Amino acid sequence: MAGASPDIARRNNLILAICVAAAVACLPLVVKDVYIQNMLVLTLMYAALSQSWNILSGYCGQISLGHALYFGIGAYATLLLFTKFGVLPWFGMVAGGAIAAVVAAAVGYPCFRLKGHYFVIATIVIAEAGLLLMLNWDWAGAAMGIEVPVRGDSWAKFQFARSKLPYFYFALGLALVAWIVTWKIEDSRWGYWWRAVKDNAEAAESLGVVVFRSKMAAAAVSAFLTAVGGGFYAQFVSYIDPESVMSFQFSLLMALPAVLGGIGTLWGPAVGAAILIPITEVTRSYAGGTGKGFDLIVYGLLVMGIALGRPEGIVGAFSARKRAKAA
Amino acid sequence: MTGEAIIQSLASGLLMGLIYGLVAAGLALIFGLMDVVNFAHGEFLMTSMYAAFGLYLAFALDPLASAPFVAAAMFVFGAVVYLGLVRFAMSASANAGMVQIFATFGLAIVMRGLAQLLFTPDYRSIPHSWLGGKTLKVAGIFLPAPQLAGALVSLAAFGALWLVINRTDFGRALEATREDAGAVALVGIDKKRIFALGWGLGGALVGLAGAVLATFFYIYPDVGASFALIAYVTVALGGFGSVFGAFAAGILVGVVEAGTAFILPASLKYLGIYALYLLVVVLRPRGLFGSL
Repeated sequence: MAGASPDIARRNNLILAICVAAAVACLPLVVKDVYIQNMLVLTLMYAALSQSWNILSGYCGQISLGHALYFGIGAYATLLLFTKFGVLPWFGMVAGGAIAAVVAAAVGYPCFRLKGHYFVIATIVIAEAGLLLMLNWDWAGAAMGIEVPVRGDSWAKFQFARSKLPYFYFALGLALVAWIVTWKIEDSRWGYWWRAVKDNAEAAESLGVVVFRSKMAAAAVSAFLTAVGGGFYAQFVSYIDPESVMSFQFSLLMALPAVLGGIGTLWGPAVGAAILIPITEVTRSYAGGTGKGFDLIVYGLLVMGIALGRPEGIVGAFSARKRAKAA
Repeated sequence: MTGEAIIQSLASGLLMGLIYGLVAAGLALIFGLMDVVNFAHGEFLMTSMYAAFGLYLAFALDPLASAPFVAAAMFVFGAVVYLGLVRFAMSASANAGMVQIFATFGLAIVMRGLAQLLFTPDYRSIPHSWLGGKTLKVAGIFLPAPQLAGALVSLAAFGALWLVINRTDFGRALEATREDAGAVALVGIDKKRIFALGWGLGGALVGLAGAVLATFFYIYPDVGASFALIAYVTVALGGFGSVFGAFAAGILVGVVEAGTAFILPASLKYLGIYALYLLVVVLRPRGLFGSL
C-alpha cells in the first residue's frame, strides 16, 4: 500500500489491530497449557506497558528509565485500597492510574527542563527514591509487601485462582486500549506537537508549540496506562513487595520491547513484546535455574544484539524499506 | 557530645565521598571525552573487586598491593570494550543515544550473569588485609583505616590524573578530542585511538576504586548496581564530563549521605543524595561545574 493516502493507511492499521486482537483472543482455544497461557498474559501485559512507555519516550522523546515508579504506584494503590478500605480492584486500578498521572505531572514540573542524560538520571533517581520510601513505609507493608486476600474467584474482585483466562482477556484488552490511545494520539494535535518536541524542542517552541504542556500531557497519559498495568500485575501475581514491582529492572523491561520493535512507532512495542517476552521466559525456565546466571547472559546478549543490530527497531527498519521502495 | 558526633559523621562522610569521587572518575572521563554514558560502569567496578579478591586468594596479595595490577588489567578491559562494542554503538545509523544506553546496559547484564555463573551469588569478603578492622584516632575522631587508605588513593589518583591531563601530550590530545573530535583529525590525531585510551584510563580508575573497596566492602555479583547509581548522580551533579567536578561532587555526596544517615534512619540515607541531585539540577540544569 505504498501509494495509499495517510487516512486510508490509518484506517487499515485500525482494521489490522482489531483483526490481530481477535486472532489473539482465539488463542486459548488451542493453547491449553497453563505455562504458555501464563507467558501469553505477560507478553500482552508488556505490550501494553511498553506501548505506554512509548508515548512519553518514543513519541515525545523524553527517555524515562523510571517508569517502575508508576507501575509500583498502580500495584500498591490497587492492593492497598482493597485490603485497607475494601475498594474493588477495578476502581483501585483507575485510582492508581490517576495518582500516577498526578505524580508524573509533579515529577515532570521540575524535571522537564532537564535535557538528555540529566533527565534520564533524574527519572532513575526519582524511581529509586520511591522504592526506598515503599521499603520503609510500615503501613504499606514495608519490605514484607502485601498479599491479595483470597475471596474466591470473581470478576468484581478481579481474582481467579483456577484459570488464567480472565487475566489473559484483561491483558489483551489493556494492550488494545493502549494501542488505540496511541493510534488516536498519532493523528491528533498532541501527536504532532509531541513529535515536534522530540525532533527539536527549540524550533517547536518558536513555531508556537507549547513544549512544556506537551511533555506534561505525554507524561500523564503514559503514567496512567502504566499504573493500570501495575494494578493488573498485582492482581495477577497476588503478592507484591517493593523490589518486585518498583525495581529498576521493571523500568528496563518496559522500555525494551519498544526499543526492539521500534521506538516511536505504533506497532513497535507489540512486535517487540511478542518476540522478547517469550524468549526471556523460556530462557529463564530452561537455561536458567535461579542464581546460575545463564538467563542473564542470554538476555544481556539479546539486548546488546538488538541495540547494535537493529538500531531503528524491527518496525522502523520495515517502514524505512517500504518508503525507499515507494520513492 | 553531639558536636563530636557531627564531626565524626562529617569525617567518615568525607572519606567515603573521596572514594565515591574515585568510583565516578572513569565515568566522568569517558562521558567528557565522547558523550557516552557507560551503563556498565557498576559492573566494571564489580569485576575489579572480584579481580582484587582473586589476587588475594591466589597470591595472598593485599588489595592495596594488587591495586596497580587490577588497574592495569582494567585498562586493557576498558579499551577492549571500546574496540569491541562501544565503537560500533557509536556508529549506529539511528537512535544513537538509545543504542549506547542499551548496548552498554546489555553488557552490564552479561557481566552480572557471568559473575553469578563463575562465582555464585554468595557474598565474599577479604578476611585478612593489612588495614582491615583497624582504626586511627585523630583528635578524638575515629577514622577507619581502609576508608582512609581509599581516600588517600583517591587523592593520589586525582592528582596523577590532573598531571596527565595538563602536562602530557596524551592529556592535550584528550582535551583536544573532547573539545572537537572532528578537528583533531586535521592535526593528525587518531580519534579512535584516543577514545580507546580514554576507555582504558576510565577502566584503570574504576579498577583502583574496586581494589580499594574490596578491602572493606562485600563482593557479590550485584555490588556494582548501588555504586553505579551513586556514580551517575555524582557525575551529573559535577556536570557531565567534568572530571574534577566529579571529584568535588563525590565529596559532597559522601558528606550529604553521612548527614542524612545522622538525621533519618540509616536505611533512608540515599534519599539525601537523591534530593541533593534533584535540587542541584533543577537550580542548575548543567550540574555544578558543567559547561555543556
